Amino acid sequence: MNEPSRAEPFEPKVVAYCCTYCAYTAADLAGSLRLEYAPNVRVVKILCSGKIDAVLLLRAFEDGADAVYVAGCAIGDCHFLEGNLRAIDTVAYAKKVLAEIGLEPERLEFFPIPASAGPLFAQRANEMTDRARELGPNPLRNTKGRDAGGKLAPEPDRHPPLPEARLGTLVRHADRLADCPGETSNGSST
Amino acid sequence: MIVAKRKPLEQIEAMLEGFERILIAGCGTCVAVCMAGGEKEVELLAAELRMKGKLEGKRRVIDEITITRQCDKEYLDQLAKYAGEYDVILSTACGAGVQFLAERYDDKLVLPALNTLFIGVAEGPGEWSQRCMACEECVLDQTGGICPMTMCAKNLLNGPCGGTNHGKCEVDGQKDCAWTLIYNKLKKLGRLDVLRKIQPPKDYSVMAKPGRFTHEAFEKAEDEEGK
Repeated sequence: MNEPSRAEPFEPKVVAYCCTYCAYTAADLAGSLRLEYAPNVRVVKILCSGKIDAVLLLRAFEDGADAVYVAGCAIGDCHFLEGNLRAIDTVAYAKKVLAEIGLEPERLEFFPIPASAGPLFAQRANEMTDRARELGPNPLRNTKGRDAGGKLAPEPDRHPPLPEARLGTLVRHADRLADCPGETSNGSST
Repeated sequence: MIVAKRKPLEQIEAMLEGFERILIAGCGTCVAVCMAGGEKEVELLAAELRMKGKLEGKRRVIDEITITRQCDKEYLDQLAKYAGEYDVILSTACGAGVQFLAERYDDKLVLPALNTLFIGVAEGPGEWSQRCMACEECVLDQTGGICPMTMCAKNLLNGPCGGTNHGKCEVDGQKDCAWTLIYNKLKKLGRLDVLRKIQPPKDYSVMAKPGRFTHEAFEKAEDEEGK
């Protein structure tokens, strides 16, 4: 297809999963500082970057995002101690999955953005938008509306629920005996 | 717990070649715990296959469902409503689950998405090791709770072979010598005298495949019904 002849130029859609405590606060700060950054970025607030899941990242691409990034706290500064470290692992794994599928892994990234770094937030947003522009549109964009399946609801269990198991509860023989008043007198040594 | 690992995506793709309507059936018990075939892994695999299919221009529908267990008929029945709509069912259960699913829906092609590895334990996050080989005659009482059938490369029951090398196995220098572990454990427990008892040769005939077991209580009920 001849790109320049199309009526609409390609405008990338970028999804940014931002953690509440650092990256999202940095986004707020960028706003307060009146910094201008690419309007292509859609910010999704998550409680902690450690909450991000490979499935969520893939779903963004499946639904037509051209680039996705996860922004968390600076290394060593996570509000939940190691959420950002988990996010780094998850992103690395999801990149591997993307490569396996045949989508450029560069479309996905993790950025540590401290709460005080408003300008850095704007810089990363622009960086990722530029990267998406270079890579071109996500080939899955055109097919996002096509039905390719989804999750089915399992049928409700027709069997009555089992009595609740008392797993993890220690049952002492001595306690059993204590419950039967007549039996305690001839118990050995309790 | 049964430990399994997902087959490579290319292998799964090759199995699914030519099918248009695919149901991925997850199992919510062992393979969910070992992060191979539970609800989340099914979601991930379905998303991967959907995206790969679209990128390659294939027209196919991949739906997903996860049931509590695939080794119990009661749970397999939950798929009855949907099974008819699909060309093929891709099961992310262990080998037993795949077979039982294929038996329950015997007019459907059922494919395995996992390679089943062993009966094992979780040593740490994302790390599992084999601990039992289901030999049908447990000797753990004699060996301080360490299984020589699983841990010893030669399945020795009466002490180590000559190949024990500073606590490591001669077969694989990375693996611990089961009998060194057993000796140290029994010493710690003050039960070294247990080792003086000679174990009779292992009766491998009880391990005959395929294993079958009926609970005593049910054996009796069946007999009575038969009369």
